[in-house]
Amino acid sequence: MRLVDLLLACAALVGPAATAAAAPPRDPLGSPMWDFHARRLFGSDPVVFDEAVAVTIPPIAENQRVFPVTVDARKLAGVKRIVLFGDLNPIPVAVDFRPTGAAPFIATRIKLDQRTPVRAAVQTLDGTWHVAGSWIDAAGGGCSAPPVSRVKGDWADHLGEVRGGAWRDGIDTRLRVTIRHPMDTGLVENIAAYNVDRLTVSDEAGQRLAEMTVYGSVAEDPAFTFIVPGTGSGAFAIAAHDSNGLAFSGTARSAPGPAPALRK
Amino acid sequence: MKVTRRGFIAAALAASTPLGAETFAGSYAPDAEPIGQGIWLVRGADEAIGFANGGAIANSVILATDAGPLIVDPGPSRRYGEALSALAARLTGKPPARVFVTHLHPDHSFGAGAFDPRIVAALAGTRVELDRDGAGFSDAMYRLLVDWMRGTEVPRPGLALTPGPLAIGGRIVRVMALAGHSAADLALLDESTGTLIAGDLVFHDRAPATPHADLALWRHSLAALASTPHRQLVPGHGPLDPTAAAIAQTRDWLDWLEQALRDAVASGLDMTEAGSLPIPSRFAAVKAARYELQRSVAHLYPRFEAELLPRIDS
Repeated sequence: MRLVDLLLACAALVGPAATAAAAPPRDPLGSPMWDFHARRLFGSDPVVFDEAVAVTIPPIAENQRVFPVTVDARKLAGVKRIVLFGDLNPIPVAVDFRPTGAAPFIATRIKLDQRTPVRAAVQTLDGTWHVAGSWIDAAGGGCSAPPVSRVKGDWADHLGEVRGGAWRDGIDTRLRVTIRHPMDTGLVENIAAYNVDRLTVSDEAGQRLAEMTVYGSVAEDPAFTFIVPGTGSGAFAIAAHDSNGLAFSGTARSAPGPAPALRK
Repeated sequence: MKVTRRGFIAAALAASTPLGAETFAGSYAPDAEPIGQGIWLVRGADEAIGFANGGAIANSVILATDAGPLIVDPGPSRRYGEALSALAARLTGKPPARVFVTHLHPDHSFGAGAFDPRIVAALAGTRVELDRDGAGFSDAMYRLLVDWMRGTEVPRPGLALTPGPLAIGGRIVRVMALAGHSAADLALLDESTGTLIAGDLVFHDRAPATPHADLALWRHSLAALASTPHRQLVPGHGPLDPTAAAIAQTRDWLDWLEQALRDAVASGLDMTEAGSLPIPSRFAAVKAARYELQRSVAHLYPRFEAELLPRIDS
C-alpha cells in the first residue's frame, strides 16, 4: 500500500470526509500536514489551539518505538473525545478515546517514524476541538522496524497477557493496563498489519467508563493509564479486541493509593 | 576537549540555517591534562552528544610506553581519532602502539577508524555488540553530528583482549573484563601510576547512561572496581577522581534510579510521570541528571512494568 493511500485510509477511519469546511486555523507548529489532518479529523467543527490541553512528552525520543505521551484535558469541562496523533507518522492517529465516565486523561506510548508534531485534539460537548502539542525530533524506523517480540520470536507465547492495577488516591482512582501484543503496523516487509483496535473499561456496576479505538501506531505491548473520578468502584473490567478478531479481557482491582511523594 | 571557533560559529548558525543548507563542522582540538608519570587525561564535555560538541563527550586516556603511546577510547568519529592520534604522537614523540575500546557505545568507539584495525583492541563481547548495533549507531551519529562524522565507519577492533596483565613497551596495564553498563565493559589498571581507567562503568558528577544496562551486573562490576587497589580513577564521563567518590556516586545513582522507577511502577505512574520524578538534592552537582533519568525511563520502565504489574487477565 502506498504511503499516501495509507494516510488517506487512516484519516478516513476517524473522521468525516472533508466537506466545504472553512480553512482550519493557522498551525502554530507550522506542520506541513496540519491542513490535511485538520480537514479530515475535524471536518467543519470549530478548532482552537488551547493551552488547557496539556500534552506531556519527553524532550528526546530515546526509543522511537516506545515514545510516552500523556494527555491531560481535565481543565476542560464536557470532554467527549480525545484524538492523539502524530502529523508525520505513516499511521497518524494513535488512539481515539471517548471518556464516557473516566476523566479526560490518557497516557500511552506511541511509535514515531520521523520528526513530527505529537498532538492531542480534545472535543468538547459543543463540538469544538481544542488542540495542543509540540514537535519531537526522532530518527526513522519506529513504525517500519519489526517489533521486538517478532525479532525474538515469542510474541505468540504471550499474546493477550493483560497486566495492570488500580490505585485509589483519596479523590480519584488511577487505572493502568498493559496488553502483550506485537502491534504490527503492516509497514514491515512480509508482516501484515495486526493490532489491538478496540478497548473498553467498565466499573463493577457495569457502567462504561472509557471506549477507545486503537491504531497500529500505538507501541508494541500497548500500555494505557486512565483516571476515574471517585473511589467508589473496587474493580474495573477491561475488554480489548484486535484486528484478527481475538478478544482479551482482565479485571483490575483497587489497591491502596500511591505514596504521596510520587504524586505530582 | 575544545572545539575551535569555527565549530562554535557553525553550531550557533545551525539553529537558524534553512532546511537543506549544508552545515560544516569545525575541527577537534583535544587537550591533554597530565595526571601522572607518562599518563594524560583528555576530557570530554559533560553533555549529551550534540553538534556543538562534535560528539566529543567521553574521556580518553593517553599512556606513554617505549613502544609508542596507548590510547584508551578513541572518541566519537574518525577525525576525533586522528586528532587524538596526533596529540599522542606530539606528547610522546611516537605513533600510537595500541588503541583500547572500552565498550561499544559510539562516543567511545567510533574514532577507532583513524587507526590500523590491527592495533585496535577490545573485549570479544564488544566486537559482537558492535557488529550487532554499530550500523544503527552510525545512522544516529551521522544524523546528529553530520559533517563531524565524515569518513567514520563502524569500528571492527582487530585484537581481542583477555583478562590479566598486558606488557607493552615497558608499561604494564591490567585488563579487567567486566559488564553491566553494556554486555562487555573493559577497565584497565595502569600499574605504575595506580590509575584505574573505568570506562563507562563509572560516571563522575555526570549522570550514568543506561541504554544497554544490566543493573545487577553493573553493581557487581562496581564492587570489583572498588576492591581493586588504585590511587586515582578515570571515569568514562566527568572529572578525574582521586578520592574513590565516583564509584560510590555511580552506585548511589543506580540504586536510587532503580528504586525510584520500581516505586513509580508500583504507584501507578506512567512513563512521562516517572521522567519528571524529583531528583534527590544529593545529585544536584551531577550533570545531565534529568536528561539521563528520562532516557533511563525509556530503557527500563517497560521491563519493570512487566515484572511488577500483576497479571489480571480473566
